[in-house]
Amino acid sequence: MATPQQFSSSPHNNRGLRILCPNGHMGFAPTKTGSFERGLLTEPDLICCDSGSCDCGPVPLGSDTCASPLNWQIHDLESMLLGARKLGIPMLIGSAGDTGTNSRVDMFVRIIQDLAKKHGLPKFRVGYFYSEVPREEVRRRIRGGDAVRGLDGRADLSEPELDATDRIVAVAGVHPFIRLLDMGADVIIGGRSSDCAIFAAPAIRAGYPEALAYYYGKVMECASFCAEPYGAKESVLGEITREDVRVTAMLPEQRCTVASVAAHSMYERSNPFYEYFLGGHIDMSQCRYEQLDERTTRVTGPRFVPALELRVKLEGAGKVGERYVGMVGVRDPYTIAHIDDVIGWARDQVRARFGDSGYTLTYNVYGRDGVMGELEPLRNHPAHELCVVVQGVAPTKAMAEEVCMIGTRQMFYARLPQVKGTAGGVAFVLDEVMPASAAYRWTLNHTMRVSDPLELFPVHMTEAGG
Amino acid sequence: MSDSARTVPLSSLAKTIRSKNAGVDKITFDVIFQRREDWERVRRSGVLSRAAVCKLYGIPEQRLSDHVEFEPALAIKFTIFRKSPSGSVGDPDIFGSQQYGPLLDVPVPVDDARASP
Repeated sequence: MATPQQFSSSPHNNRGLRILCPNGHMGFAPTKTGSFERGLLTEPDLICCDSGSCDCGPVPLGSDTCASPLNWQIHDLESMLLGARKLGIPMLIGSAGDTGTNSRVDMFVRIIQDLAKKHGLPKFRVGYFYSEVPREEVRRRIRGGDAVRGLDGRADLSEPELDATDRIVAVAGVHPFIRLLDMGADVIIGGRSSDCAIFAAPAIRAGYPEALAYYYGKVMECASFCAEPYGAKESVLGEITREDVRVTAMLPEQRCTVASVAAHSMYERSNPFYEYFLGGHIDMSQCRYEQLDERTTRVTGPRFVPALELRVKLEGAGKVGERYVGMVGVRDPYTIAHIDDVIGWARDQVRARFGDSGYTLTYNVYGRDGVMGELEPLRNHPAHELCVVVQGVAPTKAMAEEVCMIGTRQMFYARLPQVKGTAGGVAFVLDEVMPASAAYRWTLNHTMRVSDPLELFPVHMTEAGG
Repeated sequence: MSDSARTVPLSSLAKTIRSKNAGVDKITFDVIFQRREDWERVRRSGVLSRAAVCKLYGIPEQRLSDHVEFEPALAIKFTIFRKSPSGSVGDPDIFGSQQYGPLLDVPVPVDDARASP
């Protein structure tokens, strides 16, 4: 069984702390196991992996579901668990099941226990922590005068917006991971966590400088996204020492180069110089990148800036309504030139039935500006054919279906004064509207003050195998 | 620019041109070059300046949250605020990953024949 001492700073050969990362978003697309198996041969001290993302939109968090099939999650957890138990090293997962809600954490713990049984693994300890924050807890703090501050230009959280929220998770820092490692966990399943914290936690615990430890997490969390040529879901091996962070591609065809590692520090973030998490941020503006060997890049120079006040990020999603989707095609050039009139006609028919409010009806016009909307410079140059995707959202499924059906089918009957084709204004690929996931929206992208970095993240321990 | 000035599309100079969510309220754009001289040429030309990218996407400058010339990666990076958060009803690009198209054809002035790729 792994003990904390096994991955404390090693005194010999300037050997640092090695972490193997198999996937940048575990379960979202299956890990490529070849490079992971190679990585297991490089004597990693831990296997760490992020399983979460906001990228899949607000539906998974709001409806408390995963963005991907259960079998993909099991596949990735299985290869990691077997590798970690074979080597007797800890395995850390953050943001279980895309969202890191309590149900996703429980599900991952169960999967680990089932896998341990399936493979007859000797007994080991599974630590886990939750990240969900009850709405009333947030309300209590707002009423107590602690503003829940908006990020990215959002206003402070209001109570009506809180009321419109179905589920909230707080984003953990390194603290619950360190606590669970201290408690002797061999496997940690985390609720919602900062990506970098999953990797920084064991490094900080082992005494490495915080600046390098958080940078280590930043560069490792997307696995092979920091390597070139492009190829996702491949493993990378990182090593932190007291002086630097080194990252090596495990797929023979990939390399971690100065260019690919530096480019990764920009990925998915508004600014390449700063990375924020519970407890502070790192400043990467003075980072230096050097090619150490063909597949390894070495980084030095990040700075850690502790936060003056502990503020935890909150993510929240609220239900907008039930949703149906319709699709139509258009080929008549005159209709294409007047597609907004056609949409206007269909909207009027929905209005005549349901009034002006109490539902949402949207149109995406592919072939004109379907992908970019108002950002599309060529929206005045539509193609020779269009596809229009119609979404109807309303409080009940029956109403959503009707909103969507009127909004779709009435395009067929739109009255354009000079249209030649009077037998039907649009083409249907299906003469029906299709049920889709309920619609949600991101209601919270905020921060809340805490006095203890662990206060929203209760830790628990259980066992598996044996 | 003189009448005889030649241009090449940005896509012929940059090795990566991409867009992606930066959180739920923003989309970030990365233009990354292989060769330092191309990075220098594009940043000096101003074709990806704050004003130029706002004009290209038809947005006021307040919609631009960040604009950075990032030397270690030979990159020019800018970030815009979304009009509504990712995945809101009707949002056509939940990941923000297909918003870079207009950048590909941005004309970059080249002042001599050797500069063309």
